[in-house]
Amino acid sequence: MVDYMPLLFVFILAIFLGFELISKVPTTLHTPLMSGANAISGITVVGAILCAGHVSDSAWTKYLGMFAIILAMINVVGGFLVTDRMLKMFRQR
Amino acid sequence: MSQENYIQLIYLASVCCFIIGIKKLSSYKTARLGNALASLAMLVAIIATLLHQNMVDFTTIAIGIGIGSVIGALFAIRVQMTGMPEMVALFNGFGGLASTLVALSEHTKFEGTDQVAGATLGLTVLIGSVTFTGSLVAFGKLAGKVVPSHPVSYPFQKIINAVMFVALMGLLYTLWGQPGSEWVWAILILASVIGVTLVLPIGGADMPVVVSLLNSYSGLAACATGFVMNNQLLITAGSLVGAAGLILTMLMCKAMNRSLANVIFGGFGAAPSSGKAGIEKRTVTNYSVQDAAMMLENAGSVVIVPGYGLAVARAQHITKELGQLLEKNGTSVKYAIHPVAGRMPGHMNVLLAEADVPYEQLVEMDDINPDFETTDVCLVLGANDVINPAAKNDKDSPIFGMPILEVDNARSVIICKRSLSPGFAGIDNELFYDEKTMMIFGDAKESMAALVEEIRSGQE
Repeated sequence: MVDYMPLLFVFILAIFLGFELISKVPTTLHTPLMSGANAISGITVVGAILCAGHVSDSAWTKYLGMFAIILAMINVVGGFLVTDRMLKMFRQR
Repeated sequence: MSQENYIQLIYLASVCCFIIGIKKLSSYKTARLGNALASLAMLVAIIATLLHQNMVDFTTIAIGIGIGSVIGALFAIRVQMTGMPEMVALFNGFGGLASTLVALSEHTKFEGTDQVAGATLGLTVLIGSVTFTGSLVAFGKLAGKVVPSHPVSYPFQKIINAVMFVALMGLLYTLWGQPGSEWVWAILILASVIGVTLVLPIGGADMPVVVSLLNSYSGLAACATGFVMNNQLLITAGSLVGAAGLILTMLMCKAMNRSLANVIFGGFGAAPSSGKAGIEKRTVTNYSVQDAAMMLENAGSVVIVPGYGLAVARAQHITKELGQLLEKNGTSVKYAIHPVAGRMPGHMNVLLAEADVPYEQLVEMDDINPDFETTDVCLVLGANDVINPAAKNDKDSPIFGMPILEVDNARSVIICKRSLSPGFAGIDNELFYDEKTMMIFGDAKESMAALVEEIRSGQE
């Protein structure tokens, strides 16, 4: 049985941190920030790798994991690159 | 220290980078660095995960990472700046589906009676599927293909959604009672449906807010995955995105002076507001490019108001050229930026920055509004709702209370628009019928090119 209490603590604290982190953002940065945060939500790739890489009885476990890696990596790589493209334009000024 | 401990320490470092990255992303000077830091954090997290000792199948992982990275990079490099909003929506949908698949993969090897794991697995599938189908609908609405961008309504909409929501809660409870039960597939189907029915009734103009909210969901989906897999990195990074995404959503709503509930349940722009019956009878005069050119040449001050029409026509470069020509003529030129003009907050800033319009010429709404009274000509390029005086004057209008650019205060107005059709929000604009307004119908880019040609030939 996993002890979920430490996980719950981490979860709640991270939620509070997230709220505090971006209290004031200029409107111009809303789009890049959204796109950057979107790329971070691709962190689920870590879960996908654990699914795809472990020994398992069912082939489905692996294939679902691999498909999840593909999708999450599109989110991660695409998200960070698109964000960088947008921010690069602001920097030119 | 065991290998597992080392991995956890690297995860901790990765989380720190994420936090600093998000913080830096919210300020101009450091935004790009912040994005780089977050990408680094992701890379570190992936490498640390590969160090797990019971990792055996590296081929599958390598194939997945390779294919995903190439597709993602191709998307990101090829997308036009104007297509950015729908791209983010699509990426977000992929992220949601990825979390769903991770949970389903866990389901295939689920054993034991851990109730928390069982219920959070269901929750991951739920949030992930809503994010996926909801983002796809948002993508369709933003791209203006397949899915109609106006709000779609049908009878008993809210009741049906409520029933489905209750059913989903019941299913989650079932999974709590019977961890690993096959009811998870029912959640998959029902959540996919509710993702569609929740976003369909929301108008295209509100899609940025929806995408931002769905982005918050995809973070929470990743977080729920963390509970299933007992992984603190997933929980931390996921809930950071979930919370930050929610705050960002609120900030966007505030920029439109509306509440989040109003955006989600308002059916914005669905019903035509009262008191508009007389408008169809009114006529507008279609002016020629020559008329407009003459007016611009004689103006001492010009304010250009870019809107979505400029983005669609990719007219940002030619518009900058027009601005330069006018300046050479001794006219003062400024660009008025409405925070939610276009399809995403800051959309216009991105486009004009791409065209190298000098930073000093871009003026934010609150700063430019007092200047309109002394402006000779205001040139509006494919903007509608953000200049609609109904937001100030008509209490019955659905956009009443939204801050607008007070273009109607300018001495004269030139509006360049594809047609008289109402804007994204589906609301007519009385400014089009005003005496001091000159309408030029046509594609923004072609009209601007014709104007530039006309003024240039006059200068020579």
